[in-house]
Amino acid sequence: MPDNSPPSVTAVTVRVVYLARLREAFGRSGESLAIAADAPDVAAVLATLRARDGVWARELAAGRAVRIAVNHQLVAADSPVREGDEVALLPPVTGG
Amino acid sequence: MTVRVQTADFDAGREIAELRGSDPRVGAVASFIGTVRDVNDAATVATMTLEHYPGMTEKALTEIIADARARFDILDALVVHRVGELRPADQIVLVVVTSAHRGDAFDACRFIMDYLKTRAPFWKKEVTSEGARWVDARVSDDDAAARWQTQTGNET
Repeated sequence: MPDNSPPSVTAVTVRVVYLARLREAFGRSGESLAIAADAPDVAAVLATLRARDGVWARELAAGRAVRIAVNHQLVAADSPVREGDEVALLPPVTGG
Repeated sequence: MTVRVQTADFDAGREIAELRGSDPRVGAVASFIGTVRDVNDAATVATMTLEHYPGMTEKALTEIIADARARFDILDALVVHRVGELRPADQIVLVVVTSAHRGDAFDACRFIMDYLKTRAPFWKKEVTSEGARWVDARVSDDDAAARWQTQTGNET
């Protein structure tokens, strides 16, 4: 391989789940999403969705209170995602 | 430890009796019941629909009880949370804690509710006189949960 080859980009496919207000805003409860990034993480998932513009960019804009759970565990934006992970987007919770 | 998410109503008396059983170590039982109010943010509430994230909900509630066990000297705990359509005055949630003494029972019961309000994946949608709307999270709920982090040093 020549030395000037581009850095390797890992592509992983995750299952994204939209809950409550976000499910209604996006008009779907979830989808399969391919993420291409050097090191696929939660931030890359959000960036991929924001790039669709419109309601996606508005609902997921920086500063909007959206929490992320990977495989049912709340995580930070720099948490890695792996092939087959379930990545859920949660509006602020209001149970009890 | 018991965690249940269900559409059916619950009978607090029966749940408390089952949790206590005949354990002679129990000297205190604290319980909390949350119910649906008829007015929220100045609008009249006709019905409320509660939804959750199946799979994560049970796990989150189990972790909250485990957290309570680590912080307080309790014997057992139970959380029952309803989902689906509810009306004003309906019961939403039940928390019961047993311990040897009242202090730990009261504290653990409040701790579990405070954490449930900010960490368990439930969402309320109200049908009101102003139309249908998702209920906004309250900053006071975050404050209530944060209070426990300054009181005990084990927060991660």
